[in-house]
Amino acid sequence: MTLPTPDPASDPAVDPASGTIKLDAGPAMQPVSPLVENWHYFTRSRGAVLGLGVFMAMVAIAVLAPWIAPHDPAVQYRDALLVPPAWTENGRAAFLLGTDAVGRDILSRMMHGARFSLLIGLVVVTIALASGILVGLIAGYVGGKTDALIMRVMDIILAFPSLLLALVLVAILGPGLFNAMLAISLVLQPHFARLTRGAVLAEKNREYVTAASVAGAGHLRLMLVTILPNCLAPLIVQATLSFSSAILDAAALGFLGMGAQPPIPEWGTMLAEAREFISSAWWVVTMPGLAILATVLSINLIGDGLRDTLDPKLKRS
Amino acid sequence: MLRFTLSRLLLIVPTFIGITLIAFVFIRMLPGDPVLLMAGERGVSPERHAELMAQFGFDKPMWRQYVDYIGQLLQGNFGFSFSTKQPVLTEFMARFPATLELALCAIVLATVLGVSAGILAAVKRGSWIDQATMSAALVGYSMPIFWWALLLIILFSTTLGWTPVSGRISLTQFFPRVTGFMLIDSLLSGRPGAFRSALHHLILPTIVLATIPLAVIARQTRSAMLEVLGEVYMMTARSKGLSPSRVIGLHALRNALIPVVTTIGLQVSVLMGGAILTETIFSWPGIGKWMIDSISRRDYQVVQGGLLLIAAMVMVVNLTVDLLYGLVNPRVRHK
Repeated sequence: MTLPTPDPASDPAVDPASGTIKLDAGPAMQPVSPLVENWHYFTRSRGAVLGLGVFMAMVAIAVLAPWIAPHDPAVQYRDALLVPPAWTENGRAAFLLGTDAVGRDILSRMMHGARFSLLIGLVVVTIALASGILVGLIAGYVGGKTDALIMRVMDIILAFPSLLLALVLVAILGPGLFNAMLAISLVLQPHFARLTRGAVLAEKNREYVTAASVAGAGHLRLMLVTILPNCLAPLIVQATLSFSSAILDAAALGFLGMGAQPPIPEWGTMLAEAREFISSAWWVVTMPGLAILATVLSINLIGDGLRDTLDPKLKRS
Repeated sequence: MLRFTLSRLLLIVPTFIGITLIAFVFIRMLPGDPVLLMAGERGVSPERHAELMAQFGFDKPMWRQYVDYIGQLLQGNFGFSFSTKQPVLTEFMARFPATLELALCAIVLATVLGVSAGILAAVKRGSWIDQATMSAALVGYSMPIFWWALLLIILFSTTLGWTPVSGRISLTQFFPRVTGFMLIDSLLSGRPGAFRSALHHLILPTIVLATIPLAVIARQTRSAMLEVLGEVYMMTARSKGLSPSRVIGLHALRNALIPVVTTIGLQVSVLMGGAILTETIFSWPGIGKWMIDSISRRDYQVVQGGLLLIAAMVMVVNLTVDLLYGLVNPRVRHK
């Protein structure tokens, strides 16, 4: 068996004139920062970049809503009830996406609704992530009976269909946006706890942890500074996916009348108000759902991209 | 296998106890006095209040109340509906077939379409078929199904007039309830048009409820197939000269379906959550709508009983799937 002989002429490290190896050949092999490397892999997926673009646009709309919305979301134009979108026959240029049953501009309400949906996602993921990491770290690090107890509690929460449990929690706490966020956080939290625990179990017997422990690091330092940063990749992916489920669940609760209460322009609540116009005014029903779908879809695209980027098994395959 | 089964059974005991605890705590965490809550607007005299407190055992210590509660559960008493005075279990049983029929149709639709789409996407990896299937799956996975239901109603019911908007059967159809499954009962009745009516009522809710499981199953099947297709034994099968359909249909599919079975099992919880929304929108008289109605009527004993029964059901299905998984995958049970 013969090895293929390298062709010196095509190798950039070989000086074609003398045939000797150049020491300063090509760009120096500096380690790429992980952020740059991950960004490189992330942008290889067209879907992920598209998702990120749509999501950034949503964030911009949410932040700028009070300035760019053409109307006040709460103002009822009594002379413009159920006006169809501007491009249809009876539409009016002033109301691009039409108005609802009490004459409020749908586009403005959707723009303000983006603030609520993104806020819901942010708050829910923050609470669920923080509490899930804490609980999972303790379970994985301490082990033994504490671990068994914590994980059984997580199993119990996961035994209930999440929407049902969130509904029942809201029934206890009382309907409203804040309580809905709390309930959804609690329902999503076990996923983070389980992931963190699994990652901690895999990491805690590694040599670098032992080394830090021998060097005198206390339990808190070991947990938070030594182990946790090495468990973050799956948590980031889960956080992204939870962001979209939080928005979906909150909209579902709003739709069932247990989430944000009217006249808050939350997308799910808007859909609930629009239900009775299903046969007469399609735009009242179509628009808010489209916003939910676009937001959730863009976040899931980002999540898929992040998973492919951060999961070393799938990387470069 | 016996040891595996027993260990799984033992593992769900604490979970089950936890579920009863949550259901028990739920009623006691509601703000306000339990008896006043039940009495509602009418109010109640102090004597009657004390009497009712004693009758429901609210005056006893907490642990004693819990023990009594478990005792009642073991006797099959899940409480009584405050609005209908019926036992919760009776009400549950009356509505369960409606949900089961819908959920079964949805999971069959999701499995058949999802597995086929996943296989197709994996075999044609990178082609436009793969991209189109997976894009559709991602949209399905991100779908707010309550909105999806409204869209389908706008298109198929109000615009085209093909399907009815709500209920399980046309109001003009009367026939005896035998199994509780409308499709079977309507066939048994022999009435002309009964089966057709039942089927028409079932189509939209089934599509809506199947959407998310369908997307999840398609994605899972694709990635499981891709993993299996890269295995060495696949190369062996191909190099033996087996036809591509045999290689994929027999060798790849069998191994790829193992994780898919688990995924399908996990969808039961998703289906129950989806049933709440689907049944509410289509006025489907199942347990999802029953729970929503009970929550808004503040019929908390029903909510408590329903919560417990639904969680127990999800748990039993997951256990069954777990055991099935051990049966088809020896590596799991010998761990």
